[in-house]
Amino acid sequence: MPGVWWFCKLCYMKVQLFIPCYIDQFYPKVGIATYELLQKLGCEVSYHANQTCCGQPMANAGFNEAAAACNNNFIQCFSAGHYIVCPSGSCTLHIKEHLTGTDTKNAANIRSAIFELTEFITDILKLTPSFASFPHKVGFHSSCHGQRGLGLSSMSELMMPSFSKPEALLKNIQHLELIYPARKDECCGFGGTFCITEEAVSVKMGKDRLQEHIDNGVTIITGNDMSCLMHLEGIILRNNYPLRVMHIAEILNQALN
Amino acid sequence: MAEHSHNAAAFIADEARTNWHDETLWMVRAKRDKAALQLPEWEQLRQTASAIKEHTLNNLDTYLIAFEKKALANGVHIHWAYNSEEHNSIVYALLQKSGVTKVVKSKSMLTEECNLNEYLLHKGIQVTDTDLGERIVQLRNEAPSHIVLPAIHLKKEDVSDTFHQHLHTEKGNTDALYLTRQARVHLRNHFYESEAALTGVNFAVAETGSIVVCTNEGNADLGVHTAKIHIASMGIEKVIPEAKDLGVFLRLLARSATGQAVTTYSSHFNSPMPGREMHVIILNNKRTEQLANPDFSNSLKCIRCAACFNTCPVYRRSGGHSYHTVIAGPIGSILAPNLDKKANADLPFASTLCGSCSNVCPVKIDIHIQLWKWRQVLMKEGYGTLPKKISMKGMGWILSHPRLYRFAGTVARWMMRNMPFVINNKRWNIWYRQRNMPAPPAQSFKQWHQKNHSK
Repeated sequence: MPGVWWFCKLCYMKVQLFIPCYIDQFYPKVGIATYELLQKLGCEVSYHANQTCCGQPMANAGFNEAAAACNNNFIQCFSAGHYIVCPSGSCTLHIKEHLTGTDTKNAANIRSAIFELTEFITDILKLTPSFASFPHKVGFHSSCHGQRGLGLSSMSELMMPSFSKPEALLKNIQHLELIYPARKDECCGFGGTFCITEEAVSVKMGKDRLQEHIDNGVTIITGNDMSCLMHLEGIILRNNYPLRVMHIAEILNQALN
Repeated sequence: MAEHSHNAAAFIADEARTNWHDETLWMVRAKRDKAALQLPEWEQLRQTASAIKEHTLNNLDTYLIAFEKKALANGVHIHWAYNSEEHNSIVYALLQKSGVTKVVKSKSMLTEECNLNEYLLHKGIQVTDTDLGERIVQLRNEAPSHIVLPAIHLKKEDVSDTFHQHLHTEKGNTDALYLTRQARVHLRNHFYESEAALTGVNFAVAETGSIVVCTNEGNADLGVHTAKIHIASMGIEKVIPEAKDLGVFLRLLARSATGQAVTTYSSHFNSPMPGREMHVIILNNKRTEQLANPDFSNSLKCIRCAACFNTCPVYRRSGGHSYHTVIAGPIGSILAPNLDKKANADLPFASTLCGSCSNVCPVKIDIHIQLWKWRQVLMKEGYGTLPKKISMKGMGWILSHPRLYRFAGTVARWMMRNMPFVINNKRWNIWYRQRNMPAPPAQSFKQWHQKNHSK
């Protein structure tokens, strides 16, 4: 009985949650949705209260060394040896590519134990839950680090078979109409400190992404990275565009009873 | 020199034109996708090309010497230039020796790198760029904004005005065919009059000692065949081992650049015609420094297709001139710091690190990874501003102290709720200039978790 096997396996699936700093501070609802979603999927979720940040803001600004103490804090928080799940492709990628510290052994373990939320569900839990209804026209924003860095989906530049881990989940939600923009995987222009240092280009990129979604008549934009969505939301609110953003964890959690 | 971000803001100020620039280059990217899709072995070709370049760069001395030996045997003169000054003086000495005062040029970003035009002009030699886009920007006294499409920042109205001013075409006539024909008539005379032809080199084949120049307009051939001296300039990284390797590179080059199966002309120059001279200048200009650095050496694999330009969402929305270097775009941003760290310290930051550049690169240069690595090098060596250094170190400090982080977060959210005028200030909060701040929640995730789930 595969069902029993899954049930037993999931009973013992211990997961440590990594909630990125900006989600912790500005979008706790995304953290809560991730927490609840993983629980509904049968995981035993733990959260270490001393966690702060993955260190990417400093590193991408050219100050990777200024993130050293932050990295050591991260290693201390996540050395329990469980899977680490994070509702951000970008932060996950940063840990995978750049986490180093005085505790080299645990740093290496963490680099291989961390997963972005949707890839954790599709690749580790290997679940395709059946979701209830979410009757909306949803535009998908493919965030670059998750897509091109973690390989969450195929990429328009590479001549490869088409696939998408987040889509594999979203398409199981009843009455959810998933719509991609014409430029399926162009960057939104957030880019971490880029959004400040290159403000003009950053905002223009965001506006252009949004325009494609508006042209498609979507009412909600979703994606795997709240940072991109925060940037897009900022532009939406400033210009009173007729759409809103929701992290994929919020949609999945809302549609899963 | 203004920073990329300032130049980009000035470019974007004309939003309609920015949209046009973005869409035009996106169209070229789409053509590339279509062409690549038609080859089932596309990704294998990229892998092969990358491996050939890797092997060549690892044995560069051997292949360069082999190329020189064969070329000399073919009757070609070989000159080695350590830097751009040496390159230019070699060109001038050759022209002077033959009493040449008029030269035509085709397909050479390398001579742009050496600022050859200006150098020769000061020496009293007339240089005419013959490729249409190059000629347009030369008439306007501008630099190319793109390495394959040098005048892509201009609309046909701009070209019409420029031609009216310099070639006396009809004012306001923006018919592309008309303008092209006028340029052709104008350029023909330069071909007839020129005594030397300067070209670039796309590939130098060590096995045969020949050079290959890829063009769509055929100006390299016209120039070489009408002039008595052909001077071809190449960087040391242009050499490839064997003629059969061209079967990999020629298939990738045009498809990546414009979506064409192959460039209209792939001209092989083996030896001078009887009574004429052929010279090849092999330039270093700090390429060996790049080669010596394992983090950045594979940037020398570049075959100058500009696919990374066309796919780059930042390039498309900021224009080539915003990069203030000869080679713009993502590849330029990893090549330029090697030439001058101080002047180009801003360029590795003119990217969101989205990674699209690395994905389109036909020789698989890890461009976005190198952008990240350049950032580390430049900041470590002190090319960042002091406020940036302080803010990043301060941020790193706060984020390494969990209690301090929690306190700072609580204060920030309290201020956003109770003193929004402090946060929502366009003068110091750059985010807020064109974007709203997120609505501050009453509690953080951490606080929620502590209340609901802490044991």
